[in-house]
Amino acid sequence: MTTPIESPPPAAVDRMHATDGLAFERVSMRFPDGTQALEEVSFDIRPGEFVTIVGPSGCGKSTLLKITAGLLKASTGRVELGAGNLGYVFQDATLLPWRTVRANVELLCELEGIGKAERRRAAAEAIELVGLTGFEDKYPKSLSGGMRMRASLARSLTLKPQVFLFDEPFGALDEITRERLNDELLELFALERFAGLFITHSISEAVYLSTRVLVMSGRPGRIAGDFAVPFPYPRTPELRFDPAFAELSGAVSAALRGAHA
Amino acid sequence: MSASPLPLTPAATADEVIVRPSVMRARSRSMASVVLPPLVVFVAFVGLWFLASYVLISPSKRFLLPPPQDVVSVGFLDAHNSAEIFAGLWLTTKAALFGFLLSIVVGMALAIAMSQASWVERSIFPYAVVLQTLPILALVPLVGFTIGYDFPSRVLVVVLIALFPVITNTLFGLVSVDQSHHDLFSLHKVGRWTRLRKLQLPAALPAIFTGFRIAAGSSVIGAVVGDFFFKQGSPGIGVLIDLYSSQLESERLYAAVIAASLLGITVFVVVGVANRLVVGRWHTSTRAGG
Repeated sequence: MTTPIESPPPAAVDRMHATDGLAFERVSMRFPDGTQALEEVSFDIRPGEFVTIVGPSGCGKSTLLKITAGLLKASTGRVELGAGNLGYVFQDATLLPWRTVRANVELLCELEGIGKAERRRAAAEAIELVGLTGFEDKYPKSLSGGMRMRASLARSLTLKPQVFLFDEPFGALDEITRERLNDELLELFALERFAGLFITHSISEAVYLSTRVLVMSGRPGRIAGDFAVPFPYPRTPELRFDPAFAELSGAVSAALRGAHA
Repeated sequence: MSASPLPLTPAATADEVIVRPSVMRARSRSMASVVLPPLVVFVAFVGLWFLASYVLISPSKRFLLPPPQDVVSVGFLDAHNSAEIFAGLWLTTKAALFGFLLSIVVGMALAIAMSQASWVERSIFPYAVVLQTLPILALVPLVGFTIGYDFPSRVLVVVLIALFPVITNTLFGLVSVDQSHHDLFSLHKVGRWTRLRKLQLPAALPAIFTGFRIAAGSSVIGAVVGDFFFKQGSPGIGVLIDLYSSQLESERLYAAVIAASLLGITVFVVVGVANRLVVGRWHTSTRAGG
């Protein structure tokens, strides 16, 4: 079971201890109904790296995240997860409607058995970080989609994750809100320096956020393209209109079309 | 019965809290719009009743439909009569209440057990369905025959009727939790007790209250039906209705029926208010209705 981990990508920072971050070694997934969702997926992500996977619907992107989080078990291959907490942001905000924003943000600390004073403090800090101060006592039903997603982010932040998984978190939001949340996420990334694995349909979102973009082919999901994103952080919205940004987006798009064909 | 969608909630697209400045004004205006229409219908109904008993029915047959003011004066304002009616009503209320509470405790316990293990569900659920399909009226004499004609029998009849809606609605609520919420809890490797307490039970509350509301109405029916059959001891409201009708005491008969209806309405309103207090703050479809 000791297949060597793939060589680091070009954009990599210094190689850290092997157990930091996240590594996939030839991960395959075949569902009981015979659907081959993933085939021999191998790559790794180190702290300070933000990797985004783009791919067509049903290519197994979400399956990969579920395997990482232990919600599903890969058929073959292995996933190495470094020490520290895992953050998981779902497609929808998955707030519990009967809890206020504060109580929702405190939930994960509560489930991990962290004491009341400590989780109060962690929640207040996370709520401030995502800009929801003043909305602590609101129920999810009175929040907009963007604010719900912020609360969901805050909830994950309370555990200070070393590895952060995002399963198309902004897919259901309008473009203006989505772009604003992209910027806020980049600020969080600059602050917390987690290892990020982000899934999206949007090429511009992928290029804007990431240090590296992986293109996944349609079923069965396979890594069909690997692009280092050279733009330095902090990134600003103007980057979206930079010719180099357009060029890289075009290359990702071409790879995606090639993978889909 | 089913709640209408809240007209004031817009689709949340703007990235800000949905502010509803008109809510206070709308609420004070809606008090009148909530109370007035049914009040008009009530007045019209009493008026029609009044006309019917004086115009449509000849004086010799007026006992078939005594005018409303006679029902009030004979049935409710006469101290002896109203004491008898309300004593009967209280006895029936006690049976309905005990049976309802027992149904909640037993029904929820069974539903929780079924939600935790499918073999429990497979073992018990068919009998819950059987319970629902049995003609309860046919069972009532059997209950009396076997365990007597006292208070416990009346409670048992109520439970036989009210248990099923509690079981099915609670179970439905417990197993209908969003998969993504389950995933969220699975990520943190919580035990089933924590999952039940912090996820399934709160998520099931709206469904549980739907069950309570149906069970509450059934409890009143069960208690009145029980009265009809268990005529020993102090008379319940059902016994009084039977008695007044056989004695052609029409004013008292109408008063007793109204009293029994008041019990049903009260129970319905109390459960509705409890529902609003418990889930109204966060659940989106609890504004209208009960």
